[in-house]
Amino acid sequence: MSPTLLLSKEVPTLSYATTRDRFDEGWRQPLSTLLGLGRAAGADFVEFFLERGNYISCLAEDDAITSISPRLSTGAGVRVFVTTHDCYVSTNNLSFTGLKDALEKALSILGLTMPSPNSYVPEINLELFRDYASVRGKESWLPNTSSMQEMGDVLLGANSLMEKKADHVQSRRAAYFRDWQEVLVAASDGTFARDIRLTQSVGYNLLCADGEHRSSIGKRLGSTGDPAFLRTWDYAETADEVAESAGKMLYADYVESGTYPIIMANQFGGVIFHEACGHLLETTQIERKTTPFMDKKGKKIAHESLTAWDEGLSPNEFGTIDMDDEGMPAQRTLLIENGILKNFLSDRAGSMRTGHPRTGSGRRQSYAFSAASRMRNTYIAPGDYSIEDLFNSVDKGIYCKKMGGGSVGPTGEFNFGVDEAYLIENGKLTKPLKGATLIGEAKEIMNKISMCSNDLGLAAGFCGSVSGSIYVTVGQPHLKVDSITVGGR
Amino acid sequence: MPTVQDISSQAEASARSLGIKKYDIYGSTVDENSVQVDHGEPKQVKASNRSSIIVRVWNDDNTIGVTSTTDVDDQGIELALKTAYEASAFGPKENVPDFSPEAQASLQSQVFEKRPHAPVSTLIETLVDVERRLMDAHPAIAGVPYNGLSQRDIDKFYLNSDGALRHEANAYTSIYLYSKTEQDGKKPRSAGAYKVEHSLANLDIEGCLSEAAEKTISHLNYEKVKTGKYLVVFSAEAFLSLMGAFSNLFNAQSILDNRSLSTPESIGQQIASPLLSVFDDALHPDNVAIETFDGEGTPTRRIPLITKGILTSFVHSAGTAKRMNTQPTGNANIGAKVSVSPNFFYVTQGEASDQALNIGTAENTIFIDNLSALHAGVNALQGSFSLPFDGWLMNKGKKVSVDSAVIAGDIREVMKSIIHVEKEAEITPGGISPRVWVDNLSVTGE
Repeated sequence: MSPTLLLSKEVPTLSYATTRDRFDEGWRQPLSTLLGLGRAAGADFVEFFLERGNYISCLAEDDAITSISPRLSTGAGVRVFVTTHDCYVSTNNLSFTGLKDALEKALSILGLTMPSPNSYVPEINLELFRDYASVRGKESWLPNTSSMQEMGDVLLGANSLMEKKADHVQSRRAAYFRDWQEVLVAASDGTFARDIRLTQSVGYNLLCADGEHRSSIGKRLGSTGDPAFLRTWDYAETADEVAESAGKMLYADYVESGTYPIIMANQFGGVIFHEACGHLLETTQIERKTTPFMDKKGKKIAHESLTAWDEGLSPNEFGTIDMDDEGMPAQRTLLIENGILKNFLSDRAGSMRTGHPRTGSGRRQSYAFSAASRMRNTYIAPGDYSIEDLFNSVDKGIYCKKMGGGSVGPTGEFNFGVDEAYLIENGKLTKPLKGATLIGEAKEIMNKISMCSNDLGLAAGFCGSVSGSIYVTVGQPHLKVDSITVGGR
Repeated sequence: MPTVQDISSQAEASARSLGIKKYDIYGSTVDENSVQVDHGEPKQVKASNRSSIIVRVWNDDNTIGVTSTTDVDDQGIELALKTAYEASAFGPKENVPDFSPEAQASLQSQVFEKRPHAPVSTLIETLVDVERRLMDAHPAIAGVPYNGLSQRDIDKFYLNSDGALRHEANAYTSIYLYSKTEQDGKKPRSAGAYKVEHSLANLDIEGCLSEAAEKTISHLNYEKVKTGKYLVVFSAEAFLSLMGAFSNLFNAQSILDNRSLSTPESIGQQIASPLLSVFDDALHPDNVAIETFDGEGTPTRRIPLITKGILTSFVHSAGTAKRMNTQPTGNANIGAKVSVSPNFFYVTQGEASDQALNIGTAENTIFIDNLSALHAGVNALQGSFSLPFDGWLMNKGKKVSVDSAVIAGDIREVMKSIIHVEKEAEITPGGISPRVWVDNLSVTGE
């Protein structure tokens, strides 16, 4: 620490021996100085987010590796608050001067100027270094992941197997990515924390064609924190599932439009809750007044059979984090209990602006985005019914076995594509259906989820929103929606 | 950010020291700022100055490796070249990309006068004023939850070890306004508008405001439509969205990968009504995001895709053009696997229509203003779509907003079922198109 208080005019003369190759204790001094500079300029709160990334993707098409694509990145973002107004500036330049320039820009946008030359710059007393990267062998994660050679070998093996398992194959793709990220957060409230994340995903996309009949089915698995993820992938199991689905959907009829009871499968079926409800429980939506639930905390917003969680703690799940992108340790947040809204998901800005407490949910794609309230592993809790109970309750309806993507609009209306669906007649699956889209309104649908089975399953997903694309888990048990509009032909 | 010449010199020096003889680099720098407001107050202000490059390296066995990085200083460029060289050992052995034969061909000159960004305070004041006026446009408009005003300068370059060196700059300013209504006993409704221009001075802010207000008010009174088959009119934006979602029809790389609705033999086939013609026209003067060269340095150009309903050309990279024995078209995106995408659709009348159709007198016709959730509701490999939309039921001049409906179909049937392409085209940020009338499409309502 400096023996005397620093004068503003001395800041340009400072020299720090930080390394951009590692975020460690050595960053304390320069970041403390910069945070102090921001506070001396009149900012109420200042936060730095530093990031290094090492990403690689590999694609096998049919029997050849057609792409191996590494991506390296470094960058930082500085967020400055004056009351509840904020400004975010990002840069690739991690030098002290580069970070100071970014800070100065953020301050000036908010109408603040750097302290006069003879002003004292109070250094911010940062907490003891909270180094989440030092646990669970994270420092060795990157070198222990699959080499380029191994990526190619696994994906070609997977594609070769798919050729044997599927009929009418037009194209086979197996794709993998590994996203390694080191982050450092330092803020004027004393936050000083580092983490290393390792996220990986692998999956198939199969296109089958027979004359005018076509089906395309994908399946993706995801993991955090497991360097051996790719080399232990049981691609035979995934190939079986994908080949079977593509075969069944190849000659499927288009679904007839109408209103039906539906049964949604577990795992990725949870996307309906993610889109229709989860996003509406983010404080970002309260700030915009675009959620019908903003004044419903403590009130019934869903069927009494429904309980739901969002958490960052489940080992190795795709949305698991040790700390969020604002340096807060991950938590387990009860969203809905027996139909009653219990909590919202809140980041720092959301907490400032809405009063809802932070939940360790401040997340972002990269330094190019300021953090926002986002989901992590989000799922509907299992219920007491068996899957047979659910099917036996449906005379004519649709079984949505594999969901596609979806979205929710500013008025709470949502839609989801269904990649694999079947007609249910008298509790039995009678024929495959394609082209279905589920359409509804969040407030209404939540009260129509009347039965949850006891087979909770989770699935990896990607969520795009205000702070970019992030890794999340969606999940649910098999559940029944009493009625929903299904778009088709 | 180093200059293009700095990067070129550094790349040359690093390549030499690493023993790399053949490489190319595509890169960009973006300088931008943006504001959002909420009920008269600035909500979030963002600024950034970021750069990135993508490096391709060929090894002595002529296999290729690629790396992208945001580190564009000496160390970063050297590390990127080194990593790409390592990756080249695992690059594809067949159909290895090469430099574009047109990477040093002359370009259509493009000169934009870059103006200094307006101060952020001006952006905030402008947006606060627009937000207030939009909320004043109707008592039901309770807020403008999605809004933004941003300025962006972008510089792009391409260079290769054969001496190609290209650079271009562009500047955009854009505004979007999406308002939301609240009325007792009624569902909230939402609508909006988006405009983009080269500078704030030229940005059609008033047009954006009036379009957002007009559309929002037009959705206040809504009704469910009955599920059934309808005559449907696609707005320019809606039709261009569909064209974009199914652009694998024209994509040579998708065709070579067996992931397209077309095959190499599809050229010359009637795939749409003779009333329709479609171009990819990167250099169209109304394309604000004009780019004169693609990721491989190939000059962009106007490509006829559909001429009077007949599939005429595909869009190509250097590699797909070589494999299909034709010329590259300036549609490549550099990467470990070079991808191909259209630049700017220009949809126009093919054969003259003999139908005198008019939206003002149409009966029981659905007018689709915009399609939503294309990422979820389009199956581009199967040709099918099932999409929510904003629009109106038109009946002899009476216009009623449609509540919560979905349109579904197959793109190949849609293109063949076009019964009218209007004369007057609308310029949108993503392309140019007139309204397109399609018969007998499925709409799910109630």
